Amino acid sequence: MISKDEVLHVAELANLKFKDDEIDGFVSQLDKIVTIASNLSTVDTEGIEPTYHMGDTKTVFRPDKGIHTQTREEMLENVPETQDNLIKVPTIVDKEDDE
Amino acid sequence: MDYLNQSIDSLHEQLVNKEITSEELTKETLQRIHSKEDKLNAFVTINDDATKDAAKVDADGIKGRLSGIPIAVKDNILTKGMLTTASSKILSNFMPIYSATVFEKLNQAGAINLGKTNLDEFAMGSSTETSYYGTSHNAWDHTKVPGGSSGGSATTVATGDAIAALGTDTGGSIRQPSSFNGIFGIKPTYGRVSRWGVVAFSSSLDEVGVMSKRVEDSAEVLQTIAGHDDHDATTSEREVTDWRANLNKDMHGIKIAVPKEFWHEGTDPKVLKTIDEALDTYKKLGATVEEISLPTLKHAVEVYYVIASSEASSNLQRYDGVRYGYRAKDVKNIKQLFVNSRSEGFGDEVKRRIMLGTFALSAGAYDAYFKKAAQVRTIFINELNDVLSKYDLIAGPVTTSTAFGIGEKIDDPLAMYMNDILTIPANLAGLPAASVPAGLADGMPVGLQLMAKQFDEQSIFNAAYALQEENKFYQQIPTALKEED
Repeated sequence: MISKDEVLHVAELANLKFKDDEIDGFVSQLDKIVTIASNLSTVDTEGIEPTYHMGDTKTVFRPDKGIHTQTREEMLENVPETQDNLIKVPTIVDKEDDE
Repeated sequence: MDYLNQSIDSLHEQLVNKEITSEELTKETLQRIHSKEDKLNAFVTINDDATKDAAKVDADGIKGRLSGIPIAVKDNILTKGMLTTASSKILSNFMPIYSATVFEKLNQAGAINLGKTNLDEFAMGSSTETSYYGTSHNAWDHTKVPGGSSGGSATTVATGDAIAALGTDTGGSIRQPSSFNGIFGIKPTYGRVSRWGVVAFSSSLDEVGVMSKRVEDSAEVLQTIAGHDDHDATTSEREVTDWRANLNKDMHGIKIAVPKEFWHEGTDPKVLKTIDEALDTYKKLGATVEEISLPTLKHAVEVYYVIASSEASSNLQRYDGVRYGYRAKDVKNIKQLFVNSRSEGFGDEVKRRIMLGTFALSAGAYDAYFKKAAQVRTIFINELNDVLSKYDLIAGPVTTSTAFGIGEKIDDPLAMYMNDILTIPANLAGLPAASVPAGLADGMPVGLQLMAKQFDEQSIFNAAYALQEENKFYQQIPTALKEED
């Protein structure tokens, strides 16, 4: 069973929040999915290497030389808020309200 | 002009002989797309400038086989200067400053971009119903889903508007909508096609592929976009095969394995009957068909949803409202900016996957879920590779039913996840796999799935071509389209 507290903890880790009227539905859905995923425990995986990535895993080498990609102006085109050619964000350390 | 039943080859010939121009072809295509868009909602963005691009190709002269051919592109593939949303609110204002390698390659080949097709948000879904821009509709029956996540690509190809479309496939997102709409769709081997500039969902599973009515057209487009890319370290350095030139419909001596677990009691018997008939066709053409077993298939959905969601939760951390995408208003501090932008910007299904993935990767759950799923994945890969060491192809249905009704499954995420059981295996093992139109069940298309060894796309193209030459399914006009005309 996955509890409401666990779901709220995971939401905190994932930088997500849910409205009060959404959360119970989410808990029960997630619980069902996690219960199904728990069937994996019935498989004997003693000594089996996990597959975390696919394809040829050899390291790719290339010469260490700069290439032109994008300009600063281009990189900033999609930034929601800028000032003086920099990315603008709200207060990072907020003593008054540190929700 | 009606090119509903024409191949890229035949259009290319007419372009070269100046019987038609790319501008005319593109204009006609755009008109057709616009005339159906109210009913289909296949596109997030229609590229009305495509006729100008086509006129330029005409002026420069038709060169290669894709030169002047209009193609649609799934909206999770970056197109410089053209909105790319992944059908999410969080990217609803995102204007790429570079293009995906696959798109660049199509451009270099002279293909014309018709626009960006609708998908499930971040390709997470099997019906396009999770799209921020609303669901697309099945080409055969507009009350049914087109499948997903590449549903917009499937439906515009099935109506005969786009001759081919790019899709992406993480757990069946090319094959399932291809099956639901009666078209051919192929997901290549993991590492065969670059993912640079493709919105990441699950990096050990995602692949870019192609959908078209005809097998030879997908071969042409796939070999154009395939190959090593310095920008994507997971791409293979192997030479790309000229699949199209090597097409061979001779099925003599071809060994086909049929997993008995695919003939599950939960699968619609009418779907299975259509698949059995396709397999009989292969026998008639000289192939051998034998039953085999994939015992770990019963855990495939569990493995997939743990791994795909874990990788998604990691990949989607980048959406934070800082550098691009949707930014929440009226926030007091940076943490609120992250949380509010994400909570307002993502839809429910995406949140569900991020939550599942974050849970599976969290302290205390990692070993029992993420690592365990990765280990079971190894067992399943070995099972599949063992079969493919003795057989050329694995065949079976793509889906457990034909297209379901809009709204039928969207409130039951688990039922939706179970849809993917037959397509997930190829992604977990990085195998090439396709859906080939096999026939109709109750008037709706059924796709035959073919899987092959890594980098053996040729065997899939050959067998698909053999079936196509027998059933000529590409000549079929979707029912809903016939009623409108």
